[in-house]
Amino acid sequence: MDVFVQQLINGLTLGSIYGLIAIGYTMVFGIIGMVNFAHGDVFMVSAFIALICFLLLTTVLGITSIFLALAIVLVVAMFFTSLVSWAIERVAYRPLRGSFRLAPMISAIGMSIFLANFVQVTQGPRNKPVPPMITDVIVLMDSGGYQVTLAWKQVIIMVVTALLLGGFWYLVQKTSLGRAQRAVEQDRKMAALLGINVDHTISLTFVIGAALAAVAGVMYLMYYGVANFADGFVPGVKAFTAAVLGGIGSLPGAVLGGLLIGLIETFWSAYFSIEYKDVAAFSILAITLIFMPQGLLGRPEVEKV
Amino acid sequence: MAVQTAETAPSAAQAADAGSAVAHAFKDAFVTGLIALGLLGPLIGFETIIIDGALGLGYRPSLLAIMVGIIFAGRLLLNLTIWSPNRRPRTRTGPTVFDRAGVAVGPVVKPALLAFAATFPFIASYTLGGWNESRYLIDLGILILTYVMLGWGLNIVVGLAGLLDLGYVAFYAVGAYTYALLATSAPVNGFFAGLLGETFWANWAFWICLPVAGLFAGLWGMILGFPVLRLRGDYLAIVTLAFGEIIRLVLINWVDFTGGGAGIASIPRATFFGVPFTRDENGFAALFGLEFNPMHRIVFLYFVILALALITAFATVRLRKLPVGRAWEALREDEIACRSLGINTTNVKLSAFATGAMFGGFAGCFFAVRAGFVSPESFTFDVSAMILAIVVLGGMGSQVGVAVAAAVMMGGMEMLRNLGFLKQVFGNDFDPSLYRMLIFGFAMVAIMVWKPRGLVSTRDPTIFLKERKAVSGDLVKEGHG
Repeated sequence: MDVFVQQLINGLTLGSIYGLIAIGYTMVFGIIGMVNFAHGDVFMVSAFIALICFLLLTTVLGITSIFLALAIVLVVAMFFTSLVSWAIERVAYRPLRGSFRLAPMISAIGMSIFLANFVQVTQGPRNKPVPPMITDVIVLMDSGGYQVTLAWKQVIIMVVTALLLGGFWYLVQKTSLGRAQRAVEQDRKMAALLGINVDHTISLTFVIGAALAAVAGVMYLMYYGVANFADGFVPGVKAFTAAVLGGIGSLPGAVLGGLLIGLIETFWSAYFSIEYKDVAAFSILAITLIFMPQGLLGRPEVEKV
Repeated sequence: MAVQTAETAPSAAQAADAGSAVAHAFKDAFVTGLIALGLLGPLIGFETIIIDGALGLGYRPSLLAIMVGIIFAGRLLLNLTIWSPNRRPRTRTGPTVFDRAGVAVGPVVKPALLAFAATFPFIASYTLGGWNESRYLIDLGILILTYVMLGWGLNIVVGLAGLLDLGYVAFYAVGAYTYALLATSAPVNGFFAGLLGETFWANWAFWICLPVAGLFAGLWGMILGFPVLRLRGDYLAIVTLAFGEIIRLVLINWVDFTGGGAGIASIPRATFFGVPFTRDENGFAALFGLEFNPMHRIVFLYFVILALALITAFATVRLRKLPVGRAWEALREDEIACRSLGINTTNVKLSAFATGAMFGGFAGCFFAVRAGFVSPESFTFDVSAMILAIVVLGGMGSQVGVAVAAAVMMGGMEMLRNLGFLKQVFGNDFDPSLYRMLIFGFAMVAIMVWKPRGLVSTRDPTIFLKERKAVSGDLVKEGHG
């Protein structure tokens, strides 16, 4: 029971991070129908930007309040990551609208390789460990030596994720930007005829997705305390799995899928084998796509000529 | 608009236009520079370095300034010249320079490349003055040919059938591990040695396992392909990627069977059709009356991979003329049309997937026998990405293009590594192979944006009524040509 509760907490934390990344995949897929393969690497880049900003704040400017530092890091990382994602869309995806079927996907794969190796070349291939930021924990249960703990950083991750999702939901459902976005998603040509700037809306979709990925990047850095140039690939695929599992194109689905993947991964590591945890996630991806391509909350896809 | 005014009212309007154009060019370049500063600032301006176990920051303001400066100047130059609004737009309808060059040299290129590939070891040894001196070059040739073969194999899947396979390395791994396991596991060895005779099995192991490895990889292609080939293009890509990773993770973690991360060592070497490359009197050198030289084996391996690659190319060319090959190309262009014409898309896709996988398996088997050692490290996603990049850069569907792309990307980078003056410019720890994947990734994006059909993009129609008309790839849209 106590192990179960502990893994539930860990799984929800991990799932929040996956959910934040998954929203970027699902939004872009919804609006232009492509798998933004570089999104995982955008997440990795955000972790590096956060790391550099954090070091700058603590070692050079001498800010001692960790919460103030984290808040600044969050804003800075969101800004620069959004810029990166905006530039990627502008350079690598926008010229390809109307090109042949595989072109955007290949371009996205190229971008993903480029980003990972750019970070490797500029920042070095080694793991970058950050000193632990917030170490306090709350002991929830204590049953004979095994303590079920809830770390403060886990609380922060879950609270920040929940707040952001609330704000994000408001943005998509209640603002004119969100309406434009949903309109473009339904019918790009009609939306353009009704005076919506389609290019602008698509750019903003990429920016929002990247900003949420940046939050995930900061949380990931805070939680694991390490950044590496190769860290975009596996979390990226897992977040994509989350998006597919929840039903690609569906925003609540992405969050639900993220939480499920986080829980499955932690429980699998705890009860079965930690070596095969990635195999478990990849298998879920394959199984979902083969047997349930519309996901849990998605709409079935209709293919038209 | 600007062009029209410049033509009708030459003097005053042109001057005013030129002035505003220059101002606009500067403004645009300035904005671009600012964006570049934002993009590159954090990652190039700062460097995270580990000092005494703790993480610290290094600064690279000059490098950042140079990069941003280059982008600013480049954009300004482009704005003033090629993108200038005063420049008359060039309307181009015919084939481009590349295409015309392709058509002109086309018939000569294939035989010339083939002749060069066939005589390469001799040229290398003659110019460098001996077999031992040319070892590096011949090894490089083997590496390039391995990637040429992998590229041609993947070309069947991606270029002909239009299925994006991101897990091609899985079949390379299956081929390599098939040979490695068959040739080193004691019970298998005991069984075959008893069945075929000990020396026969020892001498023929590679030649018996080669087709087995290919068939086995093809079988895996079918097993993996069957459930996923109904999926749409980009889903298929992600699922194949997942399968590639699953196979690699299983190879790492199933230690009892595969040796885990340590891999499998001392895999038996290739023989000259049963004659081992040894020093004794039964060896290759003694049989042909040559002086023993370990390079004989390397040169032989070169010709083995050359032959394997050529078989791949030949099979592809012939398959394209068969109904199944035509179905592949039709499927690439329009899947729904294919289905309405009664083509069983799943079977057609499966055949392409399995054929590509089979050639990947052959290449894997060759890799195992050449290296004498296999480990999961050799089968990462990077290899899949590299092969895909070669296919994309070479122009999907083009045989010569893929071969040239493989030679340039694999060989060119190796060559760069040995250029002394680059080290003087960029410092001693400059290693161009670090930049290989960076360039691969960038080139993939650039090709997709600039010339999506690849650099050599003339497309010969496979069927024609009276005469074959070459069409520039630029003019061909999906579903035409």
